[in-house]
Amino acid sequence: MHVNTGDTAFILISAALVLFMTPGLALFYGGMTRSKNVLGTIMQSFFAIAVVSIIWALVGFSLAFGPDKWHIIGSLKYIGLQGIGQAPLAAYAATIPALAFMIYQGMFAVITPALITGAFAERMKFSAFLIFIIFWSILVYAPIAHWVWGVGGWIRNLGALDFAGGTVVHISSGAAALVAAMIIGKRKGLNSQSWPPHNLTMTLTGAAILWFGWFGFNAGSALTSGGLAASAFVTTHLAASAAALSWVAAEWIRDGEPTTLGAASGAVAGLVAITPAAGFVSPMAAILIGLGAGVICYLAVGLKWRFGYDDSLDVVGVHFAGGTFGALATGLLAQKAINSAGANGLFYGNAAQLGIQAIAVVAVILYSFVVSYILLKLIDAFIGLRVSEKDEIIGLDLSQHSEVGYSLTE
Amino acid sequence: MKKVEAIIRHERFEEVKKALSEIGIRGITITDVKGCGRQGGYSETYRGHKMIIALRPKLKMELVAKDASVDEIVRTIRLTAKTGEVGDGKIFVLPVDDAVSIRSGDQGPEAL
Repeated sequence: MHVNTGDTAFILISAALVLFMTPGLALFYGGMTRSKNVLGTIMQSFFAIAVVSIIWALVGFSLAFGPDKWHIIGSLKYIGLQGIGQAPLAAYAATIPALAFMIYQGMFAVITPALITGAFAERMKFSAFLIFIIFWSILVYAPIAHWVWGVGGWIRNLGALDFAGGTVVHISSGAAALVAAMIIGKRKGLNSQSWPPHNLTMTLTGAAILWFGWFGFNAGSALTSGGLAASAFVTTHLAASAAALSWVAAEWIRDGEPTTLGAASGAVAGLVAITPAAGFVSPMAAILIGLGAGVICYLAVGLKWRFGYDDSLDVVGVHFAGGTFGALATGLLAQKAINSAGANGLFYGNAAQLGIQAIAVVAVILYSFVVSYILLKLIDAFIGLRVSEKDEIIGLDLSQHSEVGYSLTE
Repeated sequence: MKKVEAIIRHERFEEVKKALSEIGIRGITITDVKGCGRQGGYSETYRGHKMIIALRPKLKMELVAKDASVDEIVRTIRLTAKTGEVGDGKIFVLPVDDAVSIRSGDQGPEAL
């Protein structure tokens, strides 16, 4: 096993790109809240980098990628990164140091719980948030990552395709977001007041950073620097573009105006949907996935008003809906001609692949839903999830952090 | 001395300021304000969800003048800020007890 310098350089740069997505997400979310909650919202993403990175090095990586136990979890062999050094882990990426693979995967572990924060934005205690992401990373993210990507994981053994985390990242966080919004309840005054996003320029900047970082997320998931990475890079970009187009077209027709928030949300929806498919589908299939994702997610963000859950920043509408659509679309459009390690989808003569994708989707939804539910209920019982009504009115910035995002004095 | 407070449309401000300058008024303070009135609110749409925004942005202009020039100032503002549509704003005239120039210490109308 020899370390390939080109592959290593590419994966280290990709890891940095994926890291950059989390502060991008912080801005994407922060701009959509009210100004009194901008720091509280940014902090939940930013601090996830610090907390989850440590958890990942201590136990998360071992639980996800350690030697398989019963097809459901990795062993503790790599606890505290024991045995993870400069030599490759042949089972996962034979041409890069194990440390590069570990830190690259760690960036995925970081952004996944950060995605959930959009669902309970503007009302969760910082302490409750910290406990939630620590346990969620260990009890939800690591097992699901093992099922789907770990050698011996039961979903991987079924033959489910998830190139860069449609199920592991987006469906798992989207399902947890739905539970969290339901358990924590609506923000005070939601139905009687109008709260437009306080800074959409910040949100657009964040969306641009997410788009940029997503090349590391998807192309990097090839784990080598070559043809497959280029293929995933192109599908990623085309799906984001197509979804921005279709979301804006849909809202232009239905609401009357093309919006910048629609363009940003559409691009993110396309990036979410192409994530599981990126290394298995053709560029034209990516455009189809993007077009579908833009319209589906645009319609899905309206569901919260009909069903009455306050998913503040539309994690369910974008990540749950987009991730589910992308995972199923992979079962339609995947081709072995693109990636010989993959499989053909329904449109290429393999109808069974769609069923396998559906099993993976349902299993991840159920597991994330149930464990997130128990976890949030326990935290609520012990310390309370939600800030006091007074603190909610003051805003998270002052009540949780004793700071304000914007000051009028010099 | 009187204080003239006018709530006007942002887009009329340059015209108003020019006209006031032509009649010798140079000291003006302006603030971005929000308020509601007969014009009513408006709607914004975010991710397909329409929000009714009750408060509209307006510009508040404040100036203090000698009693003798107040009528001309009010007339000038009224003529230049007017578009004829609902929402052109209001002008208020208030008595002022005293004025002091911070730099020179001048007091009363001399301070203006």
